[in-house]
Amino acid sequence: MTTLQNRINDAISEFSTLENIEDRYRLLITYGKNLPPMEVSLKTDDNLIRGCQSQVWLHATISPSQDKIILAGDSDAAITKGIAALLIKIYSESSPSEILNTKTDFIDKIGIKEHLSQNRSNGLAAMLKQIIFFAYSKKL
Amino acid sequence: MSTTSIKEYFPALNQKIRGKDFTYLDSAATTLKPRSVIEALTQYYTYDTANIHRGAHFLANKGTTAFEDTRDLVANFINAAHREEIIFTKGTTDSINLIAATFGERFINDGDEIILSTLEHHSNIIPWQLLSSRKKITIKYIPIDGNGDLILSEYRKLFTSKTKLVSITHVSNVLGTVNPIKELISFAHTQGVPILIDGAQSINHILIDVQELDCDFYAFSAHKMFGPNGVGVLYAKQTILEELPPYQGGGNMIDQVGEISSTYNKIPHKFEAGTPAIGEVIAFAEAIKFIKAIGQKQISKYDEDLLKYTITKLSPISGLKIIGNPAKRSGVVSFTLENVHSYDLGSILDMQGIAIRTGNHCAQQLMKCLNLTSIARASFTIYNTNSDIDRLADGIRKVKDFL
Repeated sequence: MTTLQNRINDAISEFSTLENIEDRYRLLITYGKNLPPMEVSLKTDDNLIRGCQSQVWLHATISPSQDKIILAGDSDAAITKGIAALLIKIYSESSPSEILNTKTDFIDKIGIKEHLSQNRSNGLAAMLKQIIFFAYSKKL
Repeated sequence: MSTTSIKEYFPALNQKIRGKDFTYLDSAATTLKPRSVIEALTQYYTYDTANIHRGAHFLANKGTTAFEDTRDLVANFINAAHREEIIFTKGTTDSINLIAATFGERFINDGDEIILSTLEHHSNIIPWQLLSSRKKITIKYIPIDGNGDLILSEYRKLFTSKTKLVSITHVSNVLGTVNPIKELISFAHTQGVPILIDGAQSINHILIDVQELDCDFYAFSAHKMFGPNGVGVLYAKQTILEELPPYQGGGNMIDQVGEISSTYNKIPHKFEAGTPAIGEVIAFAEAIKFIKAIGQKQISKYDEDLLKYTITKLSPISGLKIIGNPAKRSGVVSFTLENVHSYDLGSILDMQGIAIRTGNHCAQQLMKCLNLTSIARASFTIYNTNSDIDRLADGIRKVKDFL
């Protein structure tokens, strides 16, 4: 079982071998294509993060044993979906305290910071916040 | 000036973006700035910093003169009858909010109606919705036809004895539709109704003569015509301005201040409370001089040719759909690419050093009417060339291979 930090390190090393943005986008798009489809019943307004450019759905639940956060998601745009898939791959199956104790500075190292700092325009920054907020709510 | 030499005036175009030559096709969002504007800003902030309309020292006087000279230039630029009809604001949005607040307070009452159109940018919708939350007014919208043109027969039907104002865009920021504002203005006047024109998207492409148009208000931004951010213009007929209450209170807009009440300064200062964007207004003069040096008619012609070329180049791309087909279009071409989200389209073009706009374009009502949620828009001006459009077309073709 890999830890959250291990998965982050794996992602950093996978992306750091890619020299240009073109290759990073290709990898992200592949991530998105490999993301298990989100059940239609989970694509509710409550799970929708609206951006003015693209939108993201995020569904977070806690495992029956109450120790792991399980994430599912989708997006209408391929690059956004790829980043959502990457975040899900990294964060899903982590414990709430693991999520809260891990820095998010890996985003810069992966080279997708601009997609996550564009405020509300693509919904990704809000997605990351939601994951952390959900972890916080389950830790209380 | 040839276009090749015009590019030289814009330092931003002489840089690499993501290691690629920079192709800027987002001038409808904001135009790049020529060197003369940048130098004027630097001059003000380096040497000429001073507040204006007060103080007797050298730089205060120099600043006041330069600031007021810009007002003369703007008045001349749109052929206003009086320099007092030019009010400096923060931008088009601020200009429209000023009218919604002041004209709204004085002349629009419970039960009254105003007319907007489906083509409006949020900045010409929300100020009126805010007004309607203070007063019980009805907002009516002129519908558009399948080409993206206003339906004029419907426009005429919207007027009632309760109609107090029409506020409408000159050029659509999404479809590029050039509205027949002369007809819209003259019909509104036959009904005794004043009319505001949102000139944000027209000011850089179309020669404006407010006296010939006979509009009551005309709003635009400096940053969309090669000038700095934070400066807008509200043109308003003097006779109406004299009737309006102040917008914001503060320094510069007052005459005598008492404990309970005060008297206000003359127009236009009555509407310019507080310290304005002095350096930006002074540098705005250079933007106007730049446009004048090229010639507005030449700019219009050049933009029209570039627009035609864009449509010719983009139309044959498989799966590409140009949005709208208005009778007259200016400055922008919006499009969708089959099975490609515009966010991906924008990101993959950006990867190639090409900047366009994607999203809902701050016009959610129009997007709803077009049954679209997100589209891509290329917009251009005098520093763009056919080769920029060629790069865009090649870039779009690459998007399809990429996904």
